[in-house]
Amino acid sequence: MSAGVQQSPRPFASSRKSGNRLKNNLFTGLVWTVGICTIIFIIGLLFLILEKGMPKLSIDFLLGLPDEIMEGGGIGPALFNSFYVLIISLVISIPLGMAAGIYLSEFAPDNKFIGFLRVCVEGLASVPSIIFGLFGIVLFVEAFDIGLTIIGGAVSLAFLNLPVLTRVTEEAIRAVPQEMKHASFALGGTHLQTIRRVLIPVALNGIITGICLVAGRAFGESAVIILTAGVTTSGVMWDFNLLSPGETLAVHLWYVQSEAIVPDAVEIAEKSAAVLVFIVLLINLLFRIPLWLNARKMR
Amino acid sequence: MQAPAHTRALIEIDKLNLYYGTFHALKNVSMEIPEKAITAFIGPSGCGKSTLLRTLNRMNDMIAGTRIEGKIAIGGADIYSKEVDVETLRKKVGMVFQQPNPFPKSIYDNVAYGPRLHGISGRKQLDEIVETSLRSAALWEEVKDYLKRSALSLSGGQQQRLCIARALAVEPDVLLMDEATSALDPISTLKIEELAQELKDRYTIVMVTHNMHQAARVSNQTVFFLNGEVVEYAETEKLFSTPRDQRTEDYISGRFG
Repeated sequence: MSAGVQQSPRPFASSRKSGNRLKNNLFTGLVWTVGICTIIFIIGLLFLILEKGMPKLSIDFLLGLPDEIMEGGGIGPALFNSFYVLIISLVISIPLGMAAGIYLSEFAPDNKFIGFLRVCVEGLASVPSIIFGLFGIVLFVEAFDIGLTIIGGAVSLAFLNLPVLTRVTEEAIRAVPQEMKHASFALGGTHLQTIRRVLIPVALNGIITGICLVAGRAFGESAVIILTAGVTTSGVMWDFNLLSPGETLAVHLWYVQSEAIVPDAVEIAEKSAAVLVFIVLLINLLFRIPLWLNARKMR
Repeated sequence: MQAPAHTRALIEIDKLNLYYGTFHALKNVSMEIPEKAITAFIGPSGCGKSTLLRTLNRMNDMIAGTRIEGKIAIGGADIYSKEVDVETLRKKVGMVFQQPNPFPKSIYDNVAYGPRLHGISGRKQLDEIVETSLRSAALWEEVKDYLKRSALSLSGGQQQRLCIARALAVEPDVLLMDEATSALDPISTLKIEELAQELKDRYTIVMVTHNMHQAARVSNQTVFFLNGEVVEYAETEKLFSTPRDQRTEDYISGRFG
């Protein structure tokens, strides 16, 4: 071997057929091009939305009351409702979804019924949101007869998010290495202690990613809210009444674009869109900060 | 089978049969394991040595379809009787696994995990337990300035000693080591073996190993398993120098397994 290396002037020159190298280079180039195009597209989209709306934003617009006829209406109540409905829906769906996910990953017996249940949960996770809206109408507007309300919207949104949260929690907990679970049991930990102190903390990253996902989706959801919380607000700021009509920002955006007669509808829509996008980005960022800190500590 | 006469038996196993579904994994196993000594289980893969180890802290309970007949007593008490609290049993019978399995928490929190499970929360008391346990596991000098650092930043050998410290922190009587060095390099292995030698004055150690040389180096008694049966149980020196059974001799001379 060593003789061969000495004799050849370029011992490490490629001996493979040049076709392979060409294919490799082409493929690398293709992946880079597609990747960069996608990133440019996403950044461009964000830039367009934010660039149109952000410069014109003012506190008056963010907190002001909407106007049906005159120019210069704000989005205050709708913005408030967005957060209010989101928080109520998360307060309902996070505990339920996590509990169901923990049940499926830790306690559920391995039989056909549970397998069927799992398929149902997966199916529900991909059901169009308007179906959940219709369900909300049947439950709140018809059965309970309370009309279009914040609580109706929030609970319907919670139903919409429940299957995704269940799924995400189950997967995240399943992904925790069995060895860690065994270590906790071998130290005399009960199942509950093991879930609380090992499984959930280790799975937290995945669970929070899931919560981010559903929070963003819930914040931007319109179909469910239109059907269950309506397209109007109570018209006052800081209205905590659960039975008030609960138009959110996403619905307001649709409403001013398609139904409203105010002269500055387009501008309101642009500004609302910018606020919507900005807040969804913010939600994702805020949820991640504790994870980043934790990851740095655990490196 | 009788324990060597000069020590008192802590663990008594009597006509133990264990089935995984229809598979008969342990066949009529009886033995006495002496206290404050190292007992090694050796044998080829699948011979039941790890299974027997896991019956001692009832980790086999977690495998669906496991069925047990016979009796295991630790310190005279039947560990499979109805009134046994499995968590208390596992507190008394600690375990170290094949792969180092620290929690993704700080070194301190790893050691304090067990005591916290059992209701100890005083800062001073925990500090003390963490230090004593890490000293017992011969890890204190290496980590005393980095207790807040992640356990995952330690090397494999250090992680395994951390797992030993974690097991010692709940003050067990028995320490089970399930091939605890098979994932480690020779130097780390040596350290764990030395550690086991030190610990046997205070703990009853039962180790599973498929490294015969390790059994010969470290243990006081050795049990040789084959196909779920105990073939031979003797003092380590005797078993390796003058095995009574032909199969033992074949195994330790490397003719199979």
